[in-house]
Amino acid sequence: MQGYKTIQSTHLFATGLGPIRDAFPNKHIPVSTIHEFICSNTESTSSTNGFVSALTASLMKNGGACIWISSSMKAFPSAMPLFGMEPHRVIFVHATKEKDILWAAEEALKSNGLAAVIAETKELSFTASRRLQLAVEKSQVTGFLIRQQPRILTPNVCSARWAISPVASELPADMPGVGFPRWKVALLKVRNGKTGEWIIEWDGTSFKTITPVFRESKFLHRKTG
Amino acid sequence: MNKRYISIWFRFLKTDWFAKQRNSPADSPFVLVTQDHGRKIICACNNVALQQGIDIGMVLADARAIYPSLFVEDDIPDLSSRLLNKLAEWSIRFSPCVSADLPDGLIIDASGCAHLWGTEQLYLNDIISGLNKLGYQTRAAMADTVGAAWAVTRFGTNGSVIDNGAQLSALLSLPPQALRLEKEQADLLHKLGLRRIAQFINIPRPALRRRFGKTLLQRIDQATGSEEEFIVSIIPIEAYQERLPCLEPISTATGIEIALEKLLDVLCSRLQKEQKGLREASFKGYRIDGKTVSISIGTHRASSNPKHLFKLFALNIDSIEPDLGIEVFLIEAKKIEDAPAYQEQIWTTSCGLENIQLAELIDRIAGRIGENRIYRFLPDEHYWPERSIKKALSINEKPSTQWRTDRPRPTILLSNPELIDVTAPIPDYPPMLFRYKGVLHKIKRADGPERIEQEWWLQQGQHRDYYYVEDEEGRRYWIFRLGHYDADKTYQWFIHGFFA
Repeated sequence: MQGYKTIQSTHLFATGLGPIRDAFPNKHIPVSTIHEFICSNTESTSSTNGFVSALTASLMKNGGACIWISSSMKAFPSAMPLFGMEPHRVIFVHATKEKDILWAAEEALKSNGLAAVIAETKELSFTASRRLQLAVEKSQVTGFLIRQQPRILTPNVCSARWAISPVASELPADMPGVGFPRWKVALLKVRNGKTGEWIIEWDGTSFKTITPVFRESKFLHRKTG
Repeated sequence: MNKRYISIWFRFLKTDWFAKQRNSPADSPFVLVTQDHGRKIICACNNVALQQGIDIGMVLADARAIYPSLFVEDDIPDLSSRLLNKLAEWSIRFSPCVSADLPDGLIIDASGCAHLWGTEQLYLNDIISGLNKLGYQTRAAMADTVGAAWAVTRFGTNGSVIDNGAQLSALLSLPPQALRLEKEQADLLHKLGLRRIAQFINIPRPALRRRFGKTLLQRIDQATGSEEEFIVSIIPIEAYQERLPCLEPISTATGIEIALEKLLDVLCSRLQKEQKGLREASFKGYRIDGKTVSISIGTHRASSNPKHLFKLFALNIDSIEPDLGIEVFLIEAKKIEDAPAYQEQIWTTSCGLENIQLAELIDRIAGRIGENRIYRFLPDEHYWPERSIKKALSINEKPSTQWRTDRPRPTILLSNPELIDVTAPIPDYPPMLFRYKGVLHKIKRADGPERIEQEWWLQQGQHRDYYYVEDEEGRRYWIFRLGHYDADKTYQWFIHGFFA
């Protein structure tokens, strides 16, 4: 694959994602690359927003800023501190056209003044994904693409394809009320890694793996570089 | 530097304009009239009418007696000032400082401009032919002082360039009106037999002042150059502007880009020397058909980086229509701020909001998507969810309060709460089930209520009781009841957000 290099030493320090990290090559969730999140409905988008916020927060720890490009502008900044992210260091770009979102994402990924770029888009062609990947390789910025109800899932060069959906929370001893947000995190594709599904909880400061179900997919979407 | 002025006289300004508008034949007499005490008085007439003996100030009926098939139009109030302003704007291509000289002329400060055209005569001829092409009969002359240029334009030979310091000898043979005198003063001079300036310019000054007042002396001084006269430019001159006249009209995108690059290089090196950066700039092209095309940019942080500014302009460069070609390019920095010189760093450690590359990125995105589509949010001290965040005014604005983390807030907030059908068992208890977009959600777990009151000093209305609920499939929602639970069912339930 053009421009694809082995994963650098930089990686995400999000705690509690141990089993998921193991699915990636070198047991690191790679940064300076593109991650793609598939959302099938609004509920899974809201879960993905939370998960991505938590991941981005770990990238923004050194005082960095990030940019959030979307057409809907529904992400609520007041929720971000609950995932460790400082919303005032997020720049929101409201682009209505898909083309503009991808353009802005590419421009943002090219500039190395950012910690992360989050873009909400619907479709992503192979060419578009490669443009983003090439931009990322120069600038070492990490990109998260939140894909809202994509029509068709075509191959692209993103290093991982995630799908995050909410699952019922649990409280100890059947206490009343709603517990910590809990998600089913599925890795549908990992470049040079293994796919699988896990139940993950965010306890306000770190991730916690509830069920380390490591499932080798029957149809292994394994890609080799 | 030696000052040079050009005075331009449009003798038939208004009638020329009407002739252009109506496409009326130039060889028929044509006048403009105004109402005065129930009569129609001629206030402007064209050259043909003048030759027929029709003059300004005549009653229309008298003029009709001389020439029955006279074309008559009503005058438009302040037409001449509007026309002069337009012509002055057009003439900016010749010099940055042009002023309208009411009622029928322009004054151009041509100091240091003529060499771009070769000689002063070529420069003046270019101005006259340009204005003639626009359809105005033009007379112009160039001299060291406004007064001398004015006099020679109206009473000397058209297109004459009075040499440096020769204005006095040029004035001698002209009549006293050439000194821009009041009518009474000029009449008085004529009555006394002083028909040429030469006859009275050497009369001792106290004698002149006694008989004709201070204004005559002032006018003489202004014409000869012993008293300085200032003109006010129609467009205030930007302190930071650069212009690039082209030998041939430019009509290709590449040509425009080269012009832009050259101008930016000059402007930015000047800004860098003065430790300044621009926040707003515009790039203008003066087309040969008399129109001006321009594009503007803005930056979030004072910038003097020509590459970055070029990228911003390049986003809109295709909106410039060169048509037949652009003669003069002009770049002006409209808003300047102090910008300390940027220290080059080998290792960039900061990637926060103060990063220069981030500011440049935002400029680029703003250039394509729009300035008002880029936001940053700060916490605001309101409980009401829609008001709990406010847009930051600048990229450097810091939050004045802490972000709250003590209450659950959804990751997706609907901009308008949507109505849902709810079954709730007991008053003030979380609902059992709700229906949203045709899907029934059975509520398994719930937190709440969190009552959020309207802030009466901002808005009147009912309070909201928010519940954080989770349905049987683990999906989490933020729903609220608007108003109190009562038997009359005056309350309504809404969904307002989705939790992670």
